[in-house]
Amino acid sequence: MLEVSNLDVVYGRTHAVKSVDLRVESGEIVTVLGANGAGKTSLLRALHGAVKPTGGKVVFEGRNLTSQSPAARVASGMVLVPEGRQIFVSMTVHENLLMGAYLRRDGKEARDLGAIYDRFPNLAERKYASASSLSGGEQQMLAIGRALVARPRLVMLDEPSLGLSPLFVERLFGLLGELNRDGISILLVEQNTTMALEVASRGYVLELGKVVLEDTAAALARNTALTEAYLGGGHMPETAGA
Amino acid sequence: MSGYLAGIIAILSINIIFAYGIFLAVASGQLNLGGVGFQAVGAYAAGLLSASLGLPVALTLLAGAVVAGLVGVALAFPILRTRGVYLVLATFAFAEVVAGIILNTDALGGAMGMSVPGYVEWQIPMIGAILVALLVFYLMATRFGLTLRAIHDDEDVSELMGVSIRNVKVAAFGLGAALAGLSGAFYAHNFGYIEAQSFNALVSIYVLLYVLLGGTQTAWGPLVGAAFFTLLPEVLREVLPALKDFFITLFGGVPDGSRPDESWRFVILGVLAVGFMAIRPEGLVTRTMVERLTFRRPSSRFKEVTE
Repeated sequence: MLEVSNLDVVYGRTHAVKSVDLRVESGEIVTVLGANGAGKTSLLRALHGAVKPTGGKVVFEGRNLTSQSPAARVASGMVLVPEGRQIFVSMTVHENLLMGAYLRRDGKEARDLGAIYDRFPNLAERKYASASSLSGGEQQMLAIGRALVARPRLVMLDEPSLGLSPLFVERLFGLLGELNRDGISILLVEQNTTMALEVASRGYVLELGKVVLEDTAAALARNTALTEAYLGGGHMPETAGA
Repeated sequence: MSGYLAGIIAILSINIIFAYGIFLAVASGQLNLGGVGFQAVGAYAAGLLSASLGLPVALTLLAGAVVAGLVGVALAFPILRTRGVYLVLATFAFAEVVAGIILNTDALGGAMGMSVPGYVEWQIPMIGAILVALLVFYLMATRFGLTLRAIHDDEDVSELMGVSIRNVKVAAFGLGAALAGLSGAFYAHNFGYIEAQSFNALVSIYVLLYVLLGGTQTAWGPLVGAAFFTLLPEVLREVLPALKDFFITLFGGVPDGSRPDESWRFVILGVLAVGFMAIRPEGLVTRTMVERLTFRRPSSRFKEVTE
């Protein structure tokens, strides 16, 4: 479904992503792990088109999207849920969701918005409330809901559990599993290694912009010593956002 | 209707149209401090077509808007590469260039100015202002309006949704320039005479002030801002003598009945402007205020409730 080959991203003198090869098969949840500064966010920015890669290829469902605009990528079915729950704070919940449907012209947006409200009853209750009045967890649900309105086949998430309460982290990972069962492939960038490996089928570990490990999630989870060495030794990040 | 009142309605209508032009740019996060440049382009386009070709007013008004809009779109592509204070300076410089060109072009009357035939009274500018206000209210209720707000909020996230930021910004800037040009065309036909000196930097600053102090979140902002700051100096003209007498008595003096200096009106205007910025930094009319007044969204009353 998504095939990334030999991808390079250079900002000025920083070589943030170094010849990364990565693929997501249809129906998979793939996680990308790594310590701060490992190049995870740069990788996602290149995948969604905010930065032009200096080399390599991004192919989605057989289409070469390497030099395509972010809009073209959204239109072809891959969306990014950015880090830090970046919702439109001056808008209502409903208006945020409408923005998610920005590229839709099929006239069925209303039905899909209804489906989002069924999935997130909290959001339905606060439909016309200012998005800035939502709690952190609800804002994350809104950010995910907004991405879903675009009818993606691949959702990329950048550290969605960051700063959420343990209860919402549980709900978030439950939701990712649910979406996956509904047929959406997921590329999940996380610092919460344990949870990410639980929900994912395969994983990549990045260090200093390079893929240093690539295996099934189960194998990565067993190989904790190696994983932790690359993730910044021992300090398990799931306590960070409690 | 007295000539004085007719004059005020005409100026008010022109200012409202002008303010909506700047509002469209500001609503998409672009501070346009060169508004008067577009107004001048519209005024001279209408004036020239009217004086030299004798076109009817309906056509010259349209031409003023179209020419200024095209200049706006042409300028938007290079100018939108700049951001923040550089965008402000670039738009400001544009207005200075326009004034320079007018002063040095004999066909436009140079420093002498230019008479514009085809006088329109207050009624047509007023109808124009109402139509422009309705247009902008409508635009802000569409997907385009929502997109402007999204870009104003966060350009990066808007891009994630698939918004082509540059196209939307160019459209907003160009349409705003067209409205500024339309206000200039109305000005030309209402005053009957245009000269480069009337299109000075102060006018750009005033109109931006109308928009920022009126509020940039809803289409009510420019309407309220332009009305308030156009009418206030006129109201002050009436109440200033009384105000002066009041302050003299307050400090134990005896009013001598002389008229206060006119510049006091602008001192009061300035103080009010600073005061508004301090008390209502989002502008006089905010989105929350409109929602509260219209009662259309009952559930927003519960927005303070958290779990």
